[in-house]
Amino acid sequence: MILNPIQASLKELAQALGTKAISSVELTTLFLDRSERLNPTLNAFITLDRDKTLAMARAADVRLATGETGPLLGIPLAYKDIFCMEGWLTTCASKMLANFVSPYDAHVVEQFKKAGMVTLGKCNMDEFAMGSSTENSFYGPAKNPWDVRRVPGGSSGGSAVAIAARLAPAATGTDTGGSIRQPAALCGLTGIKPTYGVVSRYGMIAFASSLDQGGPMAKSAEDCALLLGAMAGFDPRDSTSLQRPAEDYRRSLEKPLDGLRIGLPKEFFCAGMSDDVRSAVDAALGEYRKLGARTIEVSLPNSGLSVPAYYVIAPAEASSNLSRFDGVRYGYRAPDYSDLADMYCKTRAQGFGAEVKRRILIGTYVLSHGYYDAYYLQAQKVRRLIANDFAEAFKHCDIIASPTTPNVAFEIGSKSSDPVQMYLSDIYTTSANLAGLPGLSIPCGFGAGNMPVGLQLIGNYFDEARMLNLAHRYQQATDWHLRMPEEL
Amino acid sequence: MSINLEQVGRIARLAHIEISPTEAAQTNQLLNGILGLIEQLQSVDTTGIAPMAHAQDVAQRLREDGVTEKDQRESFQAVAPETEAGLYLVPRVIE
Repeated sequence: MILNPIQASLKELAQALGTKAISSVELTTLFLDRSERLNPTLNAFITLDRDKTLAMARAADVRLATGETGPLLGIPLAYKDIFCMEGWLTTCASKMLANFVSPYDAHVVEQFKKAGMVTLGKCNMDEFAMGSSTENSFYGPAKNPWDVRRVPGGSSGGSAVAIAARLAPAATGTDTGGSIRQPAALCGLTGIKPTYGVVSRYGMIAFASSLDQGGPMAKSAEDCALLLGAMAGFDPRDSTSLQRPAEDYRRSLEKPLDGLRIGLPKEFFCAGMSDDVRSAVDAALGEYRKLGARTIEVSLPNSGLSVPAYYVIAPAEASSNLSRFDGVRYGYRAPDYSDLADMYCKTRAQGFGAEVKRRILIGTYVLSHGYYDAYYLQAQKVRRLIANDFAEAFKHCDIIASPTTPNVAFEIGSKSSDPVQMYLSDIYTTSANLAGLPGLSIPCGFGAGNMPVGLQLIGNYFDEARMLNLAHRYQQATDWHLRMPEEL
Repeated sequence: MSINLEQVGRIARLAHIEISPTEAAQTNQLLNGILGLIEQLQSVDTTGIAPMAHAQDVAQRLREDGVTEKDQRESFQAVAPETEAGLYLVPRVIE
């Protein structure tokens, strides 16, 4: 068998490992070598630890030698640095946690360890997942491998860079307002944010708890389906984890799309979308029609309010969640202070970056006496209107399609002085988080500067298998997902 | 609605984040930009709409009232800035 590991699917890698065509140590070494060589340029990883990684690969080889097989056994995986991993630095890209070696594993980490996956490293991200460009990292910005002058998107930007540059076969991400889908789109990858409650948030450092959801990022829908199966499942340690029967998300990958109704929200296909993104998305919709699907116009009348509602609700929840970082139990503590209150104030002033502080301040303001009803409660009511719009739209269609982002990746530094401009890059993604719906992004061509364009699919609750079916059929008919940037 | 410098100071105190006068002025401007964005929510008629706190309408699970956690004090305190005899140390608050 001829195998190019950096382009292979997870299924092909599992076959090669199962037939002993390659060992986990060999495969892992190949990705580690690439990561160590290219990370100084790309800044995809915050932590690489060759010894720990190879120890896990050797353990996987022992399991393989006993005849054990598994769809993920021995395959390397990169993690967004928001997932706590025992014995590994888990920083959330913040100075606040720059010295935090996690004493325990996140649920997702436990699941992948059981499956025999090898941890390749911990990926760069926007600090505490707050950002859309990975520029808000204490460790410096990650670079888009399609053009290193541009951002990879965020907040799961390092995960996206690692896969796009073929430093890792797959990675984990988290998505609070688009943080899996947007970097997947800007780096030419496939990424899925499942229905809220499908993946346990235990050990996933909290940003906005009613919106946060973990999910896989990979080259293809088929790879994502496999990874999601291992990530999903009930966990009593997360009070929002849903008790549902286990699913094989690959079960309907090959299903024909005849008669399937794809809804196109008229509010998304209007001003604000750049021409290059529009033409790539139009071509993708044409491909779906060739595959037997129908496209129909639907309406999400309140979708224009999703960014404002998101930027009330997410900061409000963040201001509460991040109150735990006070320099007492873990993480950074300011070196000089006069008393306890001063220790809190200096620790948080020095430990958090500018964007995190802004969001905590906004969150504190909208929750404060006299403003709670006008901002926070009103945003929660608008959230209901947004969710109701989707419920109505899904009476007329099976899946909703739109671009993932209004533009291709922008240049590093071009939006960092104006938070509001940055927030508006989340215009198509935040509504799925507010409603709790699953969303996915697949590459559908290239736009300005030969940069990747993403197509977003939003499904009804628990419709991940159908979304992955649509994505897979498209990837059978096209090869955008197999394109990779020129070697750096 | 916009906020002034004094309000920025009050919010920063509530959030336990020290802020210098120069930072406060710049923060004030950026926060007003963000408040301008979220201001749009005020014009929406939400009469009779129940606030949505969560994506799934599920009730909190109850469990047996028993010990489920094992003692991990040592490993948890290993990452703390300052501990003594199993306790977290902070500056003295009572003289």
